[in-house]
Amino acid sequence: MTPTEPPLIRTEVPPARPAPHAAEGADGSAAAEPAAHLAARGFGLRYGTHAALSDITFDIPEHRVTAIIGPSGCGKSTFLRAFNRMNDMIPNVTTSGELRVGSLDVTAPSTDVVSLRRRVGMVFQRPNPFPQSVFDNVAFGLRLLGLRRGAALEERVETSLRRAALWEEVKDRLDRSALQLSGGQQQRLCIARCLAVDPEVLLMDEPASALDPTSTARVEELVLELKGRYTIVVVTHNMQQAARISDRTAFLMQGRLVEVGDTRRLFTSPREKLTEDYITGRFG
Amino acid sequence: MSRERPDAGMQKLPAGVHWTRRVGNRVAIGACVLATAIVVLPLALLIVRLLESGLRDLSLDFFLHMPKPVGELGGGMANAIVGTLIVVGIGAVIAVPVGVAAGVYLAEYGRERLTTVVRYTADVLAGAPSIVVGVAVFGLLVVPMGRFSALAGGVALAVLMLPTIVRATEEVVRLVPASYRQAALALGAPSWVATMRVVLPAARAGVTTAALLAVARASGETAPLLFTALGNRFWTTRVDQPIATLPVMIYDYARAPYSDWNAQAWTGALTLLVLVTVLSALMRVATQRIR
Repeated sequence: MTPTEPPLIRTEVPPARPAPHAAEGADGSAAAEPAAHLAARGFGLRYGTHAALSDITFDIPEHRVTAIIGPSGCGKSTFLRAFNRMNDMIPNVTTSGELRVGSLDVTAPSTDVVSLRRRVGMVFQRPNPFPQSVFDNVAFGLRLLGLRRGAALEERVETSLRRAALWEEVKDRLDRSALQLSGGQQQRLCIARCLAVDPEVLLMDEPASALDPTSTARVEELVLELKGRYTIVVVTHNMQQAARISDRTAFLMQGRLVEVGDTRRLFTSPREKLTEDYITGRFG
Repeated sequence: MSRERPDAGMQKLPAGVHWTRRVGNRVAIGACVLATAIVVLPLALLIVRLLESGLRDLSLDFFLHMPKPVGELGGGMANAIVGTLIVVGIGAVIAVPVGVAAGVYLAEYGRERLTTVVRYTADVLAGAPSIVVGVAVFGLLVVPMGRFSALAGGVALAVLMLPTIVRATEEVVRLVPASYRQAALALGAPSWVATMRVVLPAARAGVTTAALLAVARASGETAPLLFTALGNRFWTTRVDQPIATLPVMIYDYARAPYSDWNAQAWTGALTLLVLVTVLSALMRVATQRIR
């Protein structure tokens, strides 16, 4: 990959940890410049004749947390959902330009959506566990892959729940309905469900906006823990959250990319007037 | 800045509530209670009458014995009880899978044009008089087969069950939050897997209710069976033979000029009611156990 705007990748500040309380991820070091994992090249998306996204070009580095911020309706969720083709479900959506996950061309008609979605997991705004047991929720994706029962399945379920920092809370009630968990637990369960199929990328669409502050903090910690293993893209309208958890931030407005760069740099010395106005709360 | 008091210029409101409102309230509540009573009353009367007349002849013999020839007292409706189970069973085996699948199609996959057609068809079918369905199946199945049969009866009942199952399934599947489906698809589930493993299980209670309602209603149908299953005074479990069913037997016995047959018709009616209730309860428990 040849990033079109390489100067923005960690030019001034090495592994920036903007938030004081932020726990260091499992990878710790983060010294080497990470390779681009996801990439958009002149990507555009239309709902019928309405252009929701136009000409978006930037790279999302591997094993980093990238935040996408912007005012409501700026297309940030649409952009996120484009990476695992969740927009396919909406009729009359057309795309242009290029979107890549590794070397895979996401929007090519020949791309197998099912295997794409296994590589690119997604966590939604509202926790959406299935109305099934905790165990069955996590096992869902594994069973799809043919792992039906037995020790191997149980082991993977446990590992996934541990990675999602939920195991200790649910290990005694794996057979209870997932809907009995609290909102924050449900969201971590959804994360565990995603992790179980071992994706490379986690797309998170405002994963904490429906949660209370304590649960939000737990999900944020979890994101920081997970970035050692996964490339994470978080859409958020909460700028403090973007500053706390992300390494890079992209600012979208009216379907266009305004600015992208190292999170600390973007929040402390934005290059664009629009970015500055937005992060200082002059609009949005 | 105005210094007027905020309530200046506003008319003073009366302290209490005018008596007409209290009376109006009583009248409205009274009307609702009365309407509720009118709804409950027929069922209550029905049950009381059935118990009163049906229990008189009720004995174990009624369930275990065959009908006796005219003039001989005693005997039971064993063949009709089993016959009803067979005919209704055939109907349910046909109608439930087809109806649920069609309902899911309408709710999840259907494109505009086709769904409108299917939905309209189901609604017309729901409005079709049951005797018309019976005559139609007579023409389509009984005549070519050369005889009345349990199979023809089952098909007729299936046609009557279908519209209810289709439309009710569609409604309850629509109620399943789209987020379940999205989550399944995002995990890499193909569309049909998302439907089978997530959406349908989530709608299970509603689908069960729909199926039970349709089966229960069809169990009591008489007219379509007159032309299809016909009836049979002898024991049979063969699906290609005419078969006795409770509704038809009740109909025959109730019109007969013999008082002991009339009495047995009451017992048969009570049996039919209990049978449907028990079956519904059993199936409900069974489907809840599956989760």
